[in-house]
Amino acid sequence: MDTAYLSRPHEEQAGGANPLVSVRNVSKRFGNGTLAVHDVNLNLGAGEFISLLGPSGCGKSTLLRMIAGLGSPSSGTIEWPTTGRDATGEPQRDLGFVFQDPTLMPWATALANVMMPLTLKGVRKSEARDRAAAMLALVGLAGFEKSYPRELSGGMKMRVSIARGLVLRPKILLMDEPFAALDEITRHRLNDDLIELWWKEKFTAVFVTHSVFESVYLSKRIVVMAARPGRVMADLDVDAPYPRDELFRTSPEYAHLCRVVSGKLKEAIGS
Amino acid sequence: MSAPPSETYAPPHDGTDAEALPIFATEPRILGLPAGAWPRILAPLAIGVLALALWEFAVRWNGIPAYVLPGPLLVGETLVADWGTLSGSLWITLKITFMALAAAVIVGVTLAVLFTQSKWLEMSLLPYAVILQVTPIVAIAPLIIIWAGDIDLSLLICAWIVAFFPILSNTILGLNSADHNLVNLFQLYGATRWQTMRYLKLPAALPYFLAGLKVSGGLALIGAVVAEFVAGTGGSASGLAYRILESGYQLKIPRVFAALLMISLSGVAIFLVTSWISHLLLRRWHESALKREN
Repeated sequence: MDTAYLSRPHEEQAGGANPLVSVRNVSKRFGNGTLAVHDVNLNLGAGEFISLLGPSGCGKSTLLRMIAGLGSPSSGTIEWPTTGRDATGEPQRDLGFVFQDPTLMPWATALANVMMPLTLKGVRKSEARDRAAAMLALVGLAGFEKSYPRELSGGMKMRVSIARGLVLRPKILLMDEPFAALDEITRHRLNDDLIELWWKEKFTAVFVTHSVFESVYLSKRIVVMAARPGRVMADLDVDAPYPRDELFRTSPEYAHLCRVVSGKLKEAIGS
Repeated sequence: MSAPPSETYAPPHDGTDAEALPIFATEPRILGLPAGAWPRILAPLAIGVLALALWEFAVRWNGIPAYVLPGPLLVGETLVADWGTLSGSLWITLKITFMALAAAVIVGVTLAVLFTQSKWLEMSLLPYAVILQVTPIVAIAPLIIIWAGDIDLSLLICAWIVAFFPILSNTILGLNSADHNLVNLFQLYGATRWQTMRYLKLPAALPYFLAGLKVSGGLALIGAVVAEFVAGTGGSASGLAYRILESGYQLKIPRVFAALLMISLSGVAIFLVTSWISHLLLRRWHESALKREN
């Protein structure tokens, strides 16, 4: 069963020869002196499902936000080799972002929330409405277009948030512990649906989590991070085939992979 | 699109949605009003009727002359008899009140938006707004009357000064209270300042603005009345405060009470209208307007 995963030194260029995002020697020091991220090198390849796994304080969220362009690195660069730059020299990041909370506008319906990125990009209203409705249907919320966030459950709100993240059909979807606040049953359902969505829509997924089980279940590749200072400890491939389902979740192979990744995480915490 | 969710609609995926749908549970209605609303109307009404009856009784029992304390029945009679003059005055007072409130909304919201766009502007101007707010209006009203020249204009300015600060400070708070992650999201999608204001900050500020509006509505009326008291007699067209002064000099105390009653009822009406507007705008989404089962 040892062939089910493959460990490799993280200097090696994972993510293919032509990555979507290339993180080079990135460090981030906050104003209060905390070194949140230390010398991280990471390539995000097209079509990958990558989990950033680590204990709290390992800088995984900070790294994700920097990739999104929210806060810039103190040193090092984050490059988007395949996209152009806008007038201000910023790379034209083609991404969607899903926060830990659904972060919906409470005054707007589910449909209006999903329409917002299109509206901000100047897409015509009728077209935006159709595209947003199609995206809501894709995440399993057809019929809830007119519901307000207040009327939706936690899991449904998160679905709206994912629909909003995907409505522009971005190359890459960044997710910051999106399911951490949900109960186990809802989380499993959303994990299944997220895999299916990723499989169908072929975007690159970057998923921040502190759950070993979630990361193994979802990912093609797991980047294990350690805290104080936040750094990459291990970069593992998960070679189990997709589509993955309940059968995979209960397989000995899954249990084995979880044990291996757990060991790596323990190493990272102990270091 | 598939069928819209009904009460029995089972969400397709999450098994945990028990709390999701039935928020707008229907209550039984009596004479068009929800059954739960009647005690809220009847209880204070009963207290009011009781108090008025006691008042009338006390006045008659003790033989108190009308120029000291008129009974409620006499006040009512005076209200009907003098309706011609009083309603004209009411109209003038209300006109000043609403114009002042409108000006307060326009200036308050505009300043709040400008302040959130520029920290420098806020730092330089906000202290003066505070000074304007904390200076007693009765103290500066005479100056304003001298400077403005026109009596109506000076009353308007006084009422506006009293009314605009709650709207300004509440709207500033509301504009700054937009969810930080949503602000980041707008940043991610390259939203312009105008887009962030239009689609995020103004809607986020709405509940705060409306709370300010409820306070300012009452304050505009108070400002209009107080300023007119200070101004004393004004030309031919005079508001309710002038009627009170005039009737006081003439010892027509029942008319003082009638005018007073009109001012109070106007204040209550303004509060009800602003509360109703607030309810209409927030009922679908804001915590304050939603009914909870527990």
